[in-house]
Amino acid sequence: MLTVTHYTILSAILFAIGALTFLIRRNPLIMFMGIELMLNAVNLAFVAFARFLNNMEGQVFVFIVLTVAAAEVAVGLALVVAIFRARDNVDVDEIDALKG
Amino acid sequence: MSVPILTLLILFPLLAALITALLPRDNMRLIKGWAFVAVAIEFGLSLYMLANFVPNTSQMQFVEFYPWVPQFGISYHVGVDGLSFWLVILTTFLMLIAIPASFSEINVRVKEYFIFFLILESALLGVFVALDLFLFYVFWEFSLIPMALIIGIWGHEQRIYAAVKFILFTMAGSLLMLVAILVLYFATGARSFDLLELQKTIVPANLQPWLFAAFALAFAIKVPMFPVHTWLPDAHVQAPAAGSIILAGVLLKLGAYGFMRYNLTLFPDASQQFAPILVVLAIIGIIYGAMTAAVQKDLKALIAYSSVTHMGFIILGIFVFSQQALSGAILQMVNHGISTGALFLMVGLLYERRHTHLITEFGGLQKVIPVFGFFFLFVMFSSMGLPGLNGFVGEFLVLLGSWETNPAYAAVAAVGVILAAIYLLWAYQRVMQGPVTNEKNKTLPDLNRRELALLVVMAALIVLIGIFPDYLLNPMQASVTQLLHFDAVAGLVK
Amino acid sequence: MSQYLWLIPALPLIGAIINLLVGQRLPRALSSWLAVAFMAAAFGVSVSAVANLFALPPEERVIHETLFQWIGVGSFSVNFAFWLDPLSAVMILVVTGVGTLIHIYAVGYMEHDSDYARFFTQMNLFAFMMLVLVLADNYLFMFLGWEGVGLCSYLLIGFWYNRDNLSVGTDEKFLSPRSSGTKAFVVTRIGDFGFTLGVLLMFWTFGSLAFQDVFPKAQAMFQVGAPVITIMTLLLFLGATGKSAQVPLYVWLPDAMAGPTPVSALIHAATMVTAGVYMVARSHVLYSLAPTTMAVVAVIGVLTAFIAATIALVQNDLKRVLAYSTISQLGYMFFALGVGAYAAGIFHLVTHAFFKALLFMGAGAVMHVMNNLIDMRRLGGLRKIMPITFWTFLIGALALSGFPLFSGFFSKDEILADGFSRGSIVLWAVGVLVALMTAFYIFRGVILTFGGKPRWKEGEIISSGDENAHDEHGARGLHPHEVSAVMWVPLVILAFFSIFSGYIGLPHVLGENWLGNFLEPVFHETPIEISAALEWTLIAVSAIAALIGIFIAFRFYFSDPKIPARLRSYYPGLYSLLANKYWVDQIYEYTIARPGRWLANAFWLDVDGRIINGFADGLGRAFRGLAQRLRLLQGGYARGYALAMLIGIVVVIAIVVMRP
Repeated sequence: MLTVTHYTILSAILFAIGALTFLIRRNPLIMFMGIELMLNAVNLAFVAFARFLNNMEGQVFVFIVLTVAAAEVAVGLALVVAIFRARDNVDVDEIDALKG
Repeated sequence: MSVPILTLLILFPLLAALITALLPRDNMRLIKGWAFVAVAIEFGLSLYMLANFVPNTSQMQFVEFYPWVPQFGISYHVGVDGLSFWLVILTTFLMLIAIPASFSEINVRVKEYFIFFLILESALLGVFVALDLFLFYVFWEFSLIPMALIIGIWGHEQRIYAAVKFILFTMAGSLLMLVAILVLYFATGARSFDLLELQKTIVPANLQPWLFAAFALAFAIKVPMFPVHTWLPDAHVQAPAAGSIILAGVLLKLGAYGFMRYNLTLFPDASQQFAPILVVLAIIGIIYGAMTAAVQKDLKALIAYSSVTHMGFIILGIFVFSQQALSGAILQMVNHGISTGALFLMVGLLYERRHTHLITEFGGLQKVIPVFGFFFLFVMFSSMGLPGLNGFVGEFLVLLGSWETNPAYAAVAAVGVILAAIYLLWAYQRVMQGPVTNEKNKTLPDLNRRELALLVVMAALIVLIGIFPDYLLNPMQASVTQLLHFDAVAGLVK
Repeated sequence: MSQYLWLIPALPLIGAIINLLVGQRLPRALSSWLAVAFMAAAFGVSVSAVANLFALPPEERVIHETLFQWIGVGSFSVNFAFWLDPLSAVMILVVTGVGTLIHIYAVGYMEHDSDYARFFTQMNLFAFMMLVLVLADNYLFMFLGWEGVGLCSYLLIGFWYNRDNLSVGTDEKFLSPRSSGTKAFVVTRIGDFGFTLGVLLMFWTFGSLAFQDVFPKAQAMFQVGAPVITIMTLLLFLGATGKSAQVPLYVWLPDAMAGPTPVSALIHAATMVTAGVYMVARSHVLYSLAPTTMAVVAVIGVLTAFIAATIALVQNDLKRVLAYSTISQLGYMFFALGVGAYAAGIFHLVTHAFFKALLFMGAGAVMHVMNNLIDMRRLGGLRKIMPITFWTFLIGALALSGFPLFSGFFSKDEILADGFSRGSIVLWAVGVLVALMTAFYIFRGVILTFGGKPRWKEGEIISSGDENAHDEHGARGLHPHEVSAVMWVPLVILAFFSIFSGYIGLPHVLGENWLGNFLEPVFHETPIEISAALEWTLIAVSAIAALIGIFIAFRFYFSDPKIPARLRSYYPGLYSLLANKYWVDQIYEYTIARPGRWLANAFWLDVDGRIINGFADGLGRAFRGLAQRLRLLQGGYARGYALAMLIGIVVVIAIVVMRP
């Protein structure tokens, strides 16, 4: 029997993988995948709790998160393209224009 | 009374700004012409209000009330009474002067310039007619942005410094006011931002001094009162002429108006407590501003310091709680708007001709431009309160009211009248009289028809208000009486 | 009775407006005579108004006209309203009468000046303001005229605004016209400060500013010596010292001579400077309730008369001699007011208006033909060249010095007699001494200007010392001649009045004091009780004083011209004190003007610049410094931020979870 605990643990594992991906990899595309993974980990938690608590609001939030994720990827990829055009390189360790 | 005249007054400049944005960028004549038509229509709207104003009541008139965020007691509530009535008309009138005054000075980013002016007009009118603290605060902050941009983009050499100083000084005050507004919302239990609702509640006595101080700081900076006045000379010196006209003519009045509308009615007890402090600061401002004005090297800085003096008279008039002084203070707001507006206009005309405000660059101009000289001296005498011209009536009523409260107030403040003669006449002497010392001044053109028309209108108003001040004083009497009533009740409580 | 009093001031105002708008486009003659015509019309209406007033029974002689309410707020209300009683009747006749003559004279005097329209605009405007001042029915409307004449005085003193100084043909440096104008306005404004406060106190004491309310209430509410009235009258008197050039505010009047001479005659001799005298006489009900103020007025008057007369002894500029003489004679008038002899003060005001206007216009005639040369050391011998000017000037001088049977004799005698019987013997003695000095300095002027041999050469080119002079006078050689009729006719008319105007106020022993009787319903003076013998004695003393003065002048400057130089070398200190006018200008400069400027600069540069802006800018700098350090935290690497966020989230969660 799968309980909500299982889902939570899975969600946490997915989130941790996503976070580590974001922190370790230098390719922005892979980093985006990490972000997506984190978002979907949260989505999983939302759906699980929505089912568990019999409250549809969690599912509503999932839709909002999906929408935001789509928008975010669009903006992010556009940024990556723009950076690539400007510097022929998308290694995030090379991008430090915002250094204080 | 079915015409929502106040909403029209607020919205029409925004609409006009929108239309300006759609005009072709290169057709400057069209943009300038349209901006003038827009402010003229706006002035016409305010005259409609003038014609339908009922003078003998302290009730709010032309009231419009629509819930905006009803959960938090925020509403779109506007109206005018005797306190704000003339200030609304002053605003639309000075815009009618300021727009054509910039026709020849402004030649870059013309479109944006007039858009900002129209937005500014809307915001200023909003401050004067708002009867909801939230709405008031929105307009208050909203008025800041176009003015800062006008200084910062179309100003002179040090414009960025001046604009930033203007923003920071004013924001520093108004943020505390925002906190005070929120405290007011929660502490009174009214759970409303509506001014008229809040006036019915009694603000707890232990809170009043704090809230009063927060409001007073915001308004004092705007007025500006000594010692928070130093943003004003910088802002004026750097602003374009029309910007100075509106800055001196209307923006400074926001502070004085705020004192009357909010401090006196919401915190009557604290007003009584704090009045001596404010009166003393106002009187220091009168003397200090006048003395400092006398040694200025820049004409615009001189007029800016003279504004500190005049605004000192207005604050003095507000905080001695007298029918005469308060009426005089309101009248003086209108007078100062016209006289100082005209002075800034004329200094702007000099700037267009010589690209400087420095007194030492001039000398002997009366020989070269006699018509200009006539109006310059005329307006100066209005500013120094010559009887028969407008400035005298306001100043005299303020002194009259102050004397009743404390003769010493009137006696010290009256010294400012002597000093006014010194700094203005001395400036006139150095700029307009004597031999023409600078070659560049020998060929200055005198007023053209547009400039003459603007000055004739202002000079006519200066004389008319000086001789028929009752026309302006009568409509404000009922509201002034009612305002003093708040104070009288507080006096009994104390 | 239909309302027409407003016409009296309105007529010159219309003239001023016409000349302001179109004057410069009109031919010179039209513009000038237009101004004269409006003055003459005002004089005509004044005469008819006074005739109407005269037709009333003595105790009802008041014509009161209200136009409309000027300011009304709460309990405060003042009207634009006119008040004609015997006192203002005398004043409007003097203002419009002498004013018209001076306007006519000015047509000739200003014939070479290209700015004629501006000149006549301002002259007519002055007449308007002065008439408002004397016809107003309340103190605030009076104040409008009061400040208005100050404005016109300012404008006309600085009429030649681009000249540097007017001491033509000498090395003496005077204040430029523009600085003199500013000085006059500012100094009189110090007096107006007192006037304003006096008016405020008056309103809160009586609840009104109208004469018809204030005076009865004052009599009903207050005993003699009430402190409120004393303070009120002292404040009003401060205004009078400014406008009427009394100690300590007299310093502006000598410099006011920088204006065109008709201005000196009209404003700074005949009319405006007497405004203070009029105002005190008008407020006699209040002053009579304040004996302390009365004593102050009398002492200030005598003190001023004395100081100004001593300075006049050594001035070289004829106009300045006349200016100090005016200050001195105004001192006499205040002396009269101060001892309660209001009618005597007004009497002297009237005669003085005639003979001092005459003297100024005579001096102006000399300037006109001598290419603006007015320094007496360079004049002389004009007696034969300008006979009409000489004889009329001589008549003026005799009247001023109080030569028996001339107008000044009667008026000055009345003041001294009143001063003796109601005041103190010390003040009277000083007054007699001043009369002696007056006779001396004016005959010094007559002899040096008109007598002896010329100290100038025919055809000599006088350097104007000022390349900015309006007209071309300075460049032409000297060809003095008698002035044209438009200038000498007014001189002759004024000379007539300088002789005969004294007969409207004869001393008791000689006949009827007609003027005193006319003014009696206003002042309700109790006649002085002195014996005929004493009165004759006083008359004799003042007559002898005048004669001695004239005699000394002849001795010093005619028969034995070496005496003045010898005296100067005997008493160099005294001479320097007088020649430098007691250093009063310098004292004011070092005690008031300079510290004021220093303080103003300290306010601007130190308080504003260093302290307030220093604090504001310092606050800005402090934040910027802090930000300079904090910005180092921004590495710029996206993954660095992500790590920081992660750590932050972990910490927050840990806190939330661990919370008990």
